[in-house]
Amino acid sequence: MADIGFIDESSGRTLPGAGLGWLDAKRDAGRARFGALGLPTPKLESWKYTRLRPLDDTKFAPVSDAAGEAKIDKVPGLSGSAAKIVFVNGRLRTDLSKLDDLPDGVRFASLETMLAEDPAWLEANMGKVAGDAPVRAGGTGEQAMLALNEAMMDSGFILHVAKGVALKAPLEVIYIGGLTDDAVAYFPRNLIVLEENAQATLVKQHIGHSVGEYFANAVTEISLKQGANFKHYKLQAESIYATHVTTLHADIARDATYESFQLSIGGLLSRSESNITLSGEGAHAGVHGAYMMRGKEHCDNTTFIDMAVPHTTCNQVFKGVLDDESRAVFQGKIYVARDAQKADGRMLNKTLLLSNGAEIDTKPELEIYADDVQCAHGATTGQLDETALFYLRSRGIPEALARNMLVQSFLGDALEEISDEAVREAFMVHVLHWLPAHCYRAGEWTSDQLEERA
Amino acid sequence: MLEIKDLHASVQGTEILKGLNLTVKPGEVHAIMGPNGSGKSTLSYVLAGREGYEVTGGRIIYCGEDLTDLEPEERAAKGVFLAFQYPVEIPGVPNSTFLNEAVNSVRRYRGEEELDKIQFVKMLRAKTKELGMSDEMLKRAVNVGFSGGEKKRNEVLQMAVLEPKLAILDETDSGLDIDALKIVADGVNAMRSPERSALVITHYQRLLDYIVPDKVHVLAQGRIQKTGGKELALELEKSGYADFKGEAA
Amino acid sequence: MAATAETVEQVKSIAGEKYKYGFVTDIESDKAPKGLSEDIVRFISAKKNDPEWLLEWRLKAYRRWLEMPEPKWAKVDFPAINYQDYHYYSAPKQKGDGPKSLDEVDPQLLETYKKLGIPLHEQEMLAGVQNIAVDAVFDSVSVATTFRKQLEKVGVIFCPISEALERCPDLVRKYLGSVVPVADNKHACLNAAVFTDGSFVYIPPGVRCPMELSTYFRINEMNTGQFERTLIIADKGSYVSYLEGCTAPMRDENQLHAAVVELVALDDAEIKYSTVQNWYPGDENGKGGIYNFVTKRGACRGKNSKISWTQVETGSAITWKYPSCILQGDNSVGEFYSIAITNNAQQADTGTKMIHLGKNTRSKIISKGISAGKADQTYRGLVKISAKAEGARNYTQCDSLLIGDTCGAHTVPYIESKNKKAIIEHEATTSSISEDQLFYLRQRGISQENAVALVVNGFCRDVLQQLPMEFAVEAQKLVAISLEGSVG
Repeated sequence: MADIGFIDESSGRTLPGAGLGWLDAKRDAGRARFGALGLPTPKLESWKYTRLRPLDDTKFAPVSDAAGEAKIDKVPGLSGSAAKIVFVNGRLRTDLSKLDDLPDGVRFASLETMLAEDPAWLEANMGKVAGDAPVRAGGTGEQAMLALNEAMMDSGFILHVAKGVALKAPLEVIYIGGLTDDAVAYFPRNLIVLEENAQATLVKQHIGHSVGEYFANAVTEISLKQGANFKHYKLQAESIYATHVTTLHADIARDATYESFQLSIGGLLSRSESNITLSGEGAHAGVHGAYMMRGKEHCDNTTFIDMAVPHTTCNQVFKGVLDDESRAVFQGKIYVARDAQKADGRMLNKTLLLSNGAEIDTKPELEIYADDVQCAHGATTGQLDETALFYLRSRGIPEALARNMLVQSFLGDALEEISDEAVREAFMVHVLHWLPAHCYRAGEWTSDQLEERA
Repeated sequence: MLEIKDLHASVQGTEILKGLNLTVKPGEVHAIMGPNGSGKSTLSYVLAGREGYEVTGGRIIYCGEDLTDLEPEERAAKGVFLAFQYPVEIPGVPNSTFLNEAVNSVRRYRGEEELDKIQFVKMLRAKTKELGMSDEMLKRAVNVGFSGGEKKRNEVLQMAVLEPKLAILDETDSGLDIDALKIVADGVNAMRSPERSALVITHYQRLLDYIVPDKVHVLAQGRIQKTGGKELALELEKSGYADFKGEAA
Repeated sequence: MAATAETVEQVKSIAGEKYKYGFVTDIESDKAPKGLSEDIVRFISAKKNDPEWLLEWRLKAYRRWLEMPEPKWAKVDFPAINYQDYHYYSAPKQKGDGPKSLDEVDPQLLETYKKLGIPLHEQEMLAGVQNIAVDAVFDSVSVATTFRKQLEKVGVIFCPISEALERCPDLVRKYLGSVVPVADNKHACLNAAVFTDGSFVYIPPGVRCPMELSTYFRINEMNTGQFERTLIIADKGSYVSYLEGCTAPMRDENQLHAAVVELVALDDAEIKYSTVQNWYPGDENGKGGIYNFVTKRGACRGKNSKISWTQVETGSAITWKYPSCILQGDNSVGEFYSIAITNNAQQADTGTKMIHLGKNTRSKIISKGISAGKADQTYRGLVKISAKAEGARNYTQCDSLLIGDTCGAHTVPYIESKNKKAIIEHEATTSSISEDQLFYLRQRGISQENAVALVVNGFCRDVLQQLPMEFAVEAQKLVAISLEGSVG
């Protein structure tokens, strides 16, 4: 089998599930396809603005056992989560995870565990949404990164919620990366299936430490059956030595609702690609995000929403703030298939440039083949509103604080799309921490809390 | 209180104020009237220190100190308040949060103790009650979705909370119906005291029926062209500004 | 959507016969043999009495063209073009040296233009209300240019480009290819190798051109490509409004039109360029029609200069066209107003590029796309703010209207900004004519057809308003005819 140029496979690590015929075949097929495609280049329309430069001159190795056992002082996370799975340097850490208290009808486990315990379920479900077909009509293209993940998948998690089970507390997945000197690569493969009318909330956090360079290439497949409701929140706070590429494929069936929010505040280079198919009438997808970049960070959000049948709705709000020489890319596409009447699709991208070295490239796209639809997109770029800044300062608020207030006001609008209040507040704390010093003090409390105190 | 001497100011290289002189004593209310484009708004922005409004000559002495090189927030802390003609919308920032931040910023600057949240809310409640405003306006984001009248009332509330020494009202009457106008005027009048002064900038005499000025100035061509008592406003209402437009600067 | 279904039926019922410019003029012509080679390039060059440098320029372009790939990124679909199947030169045969004045122009040609509604008799025009100078291009050559004397009085040069090469060779040499480089894209490169005619305009400093200038393009001959090249230079402080119209006979085979338009505006100059493009669109099954592959670009070289593109695109089987502005001069302004209508099997991929280089440059894009029948239409646009374009502003509004469920409408904007003091606002919508709107109008007694016409014209209003008076009426009618059946 062909080598993958930038991966050093000489350690000969055995990948989980090796020896399972179907999985070996899948890995071989992925390797062959990646071999044929190679890493995406800006010649591909969907990679026009993002080049995987960090992979040019570094050889990444799979994570060694020792690196997987790195000592962790504190695992960040939400309070009140139902269960959590923790990965360190891409390796599962059962000592840090908490999986002992899952309600009936919920299966939440690592890929390794599932491969050992129920490979048949995995065989039946993996690849059903992402598919083996490399190109879908109007989609984001060749899917080389999906192929690479298939070839190398070595970790990840599975979430399966049974019919009618509504999980109230969020589930957590935490990736802690960058804790080893060696340049390492890992390839999480995640699979989420919510059966009919099931409900769940998942919060993923990618936290990076700045010890060494690393490359994470994850694939997540989501299948929401009729009437299911899934909230999917992600914090990307990778280190400045991280290259973070994720590809998501989701299928949203009749009357099911998918809500996602991704807050990106780190990573040398990050690319998050979402391919979402609304395959049943009444399906809805809300795909949202915020990005805050500085230094030479590069953040790419690419979405493709296929409104395949009549009576579907989707909404996208992405807002970001770019400082220094950072760069952000937003490529959003709404595709309304022939005869998918009554589709309602909205997309909005707004970016503030805080510095003259920063760059935003945005491409909000509509491809529409049905006439009875309402679709709209908007995009703006600019700097902080000078009039608003002056207004605040004329009320005595110092300039730096006024700037922070306006940035928070700008992004807070996007964070409103997070319907889970605890997550919204947790993410807002990250936004506040990102802001330069003299932090926005009043952000700690809301007017409702004021009411209570008075 | 305020002494403006031979003030010249430019916007994007064009001179708008061309030697303006004005003295306001403590406790006085002065009205500045003038045709459109005479420099009224420029004067208010220059006094509040807006970027892009460049002082090219003359001095602005406020309470014995030259304001010209101070940042907008420093001027605010020293008691200069500008009620905007078009109050700015700031989505996502609750009005009460904004006011609290402003009050404490000013107090910090003056070396005063910050108000804790409970003190602040009590103070705020008292002010809104005085002005007959609903608490609901405090919860909403700053000026977002406010009607024209609500925005102007919000400006008056901010003024009441910040207790400025010099209040500048820039066309506060524009777009207000008579009831809203009265509420705004009552708010301004309630602030009148021997230590406080106000500059009321307006195009029409109407507002001055409710906020009675000590002096009225006509600003045209970037200069004060005429000064008189409150009767001057009535004269202008009859004769218009035609007399002042033709004059060469 | 019962109302729309009916509309669709009406749209279907109209076929190519509604294209009223589809007649052929039976006139003998002087043609190059079919095909393209260095010899053909030399043949054209000789026919045009090119100076030596221009022959070299053409040959260089031809060699580059051989190596260049076809642009593939547009969302249009057609079989590979057999470039050897076209005549690259065709001119109506003329007796002797050619006409010295309008009176000597072949009456058959005059008749043709009369049928097209383009008056070439100055007397007629003077008697009427219109005041337009016309350059009429028939296949590969200019057959007549009106009002030349009046224009010369104020120093305006308006003539076929081949003539400009004799009259003001330095100007042509200085600006030709300076906005659209020879190898900009394959179609423009082909044009550089084989262009035969087109209009040349020079407006001297401080002159406001006293009348609208206009070129009327007509492809008549079978299997002929038209490769005109237009060059307009507005010198400091000048102003010109230029109109362009195009038609072709109905023919079963596809004809190629690969034009290049270059505009140069110096300090404080303004160029307003309007197009009503009504090439034969092919029949309802997509047979025949013009391939309209056009490269149009304007350079706002000077400070405070302005270039404004207005287009009404109703014809052609395939349209591939992106009139653009390079905003180099500080405070320069670029505008793009577009109505594109595709019906039956037409395909259009059109839009604009606004490249902001200078400080405080401004651009505005208003695009209205209407798609019906089995047509596919794409708005493709680029707004690019370079790091130095402090204070640049762009506003883009692009709206699409779909009529019927067998067409497509797509929006592909690229927005790139590197300057924090620049402001870009982009909005786009896609919708159909709502049943509520139609019902409301019909309830007030307006027929279905007129109701659709009203809504569509309202939808296009912002752009129609930009057209010069003389064209606005024609364009409005064209909008109606293109959607005939659905638009009264």
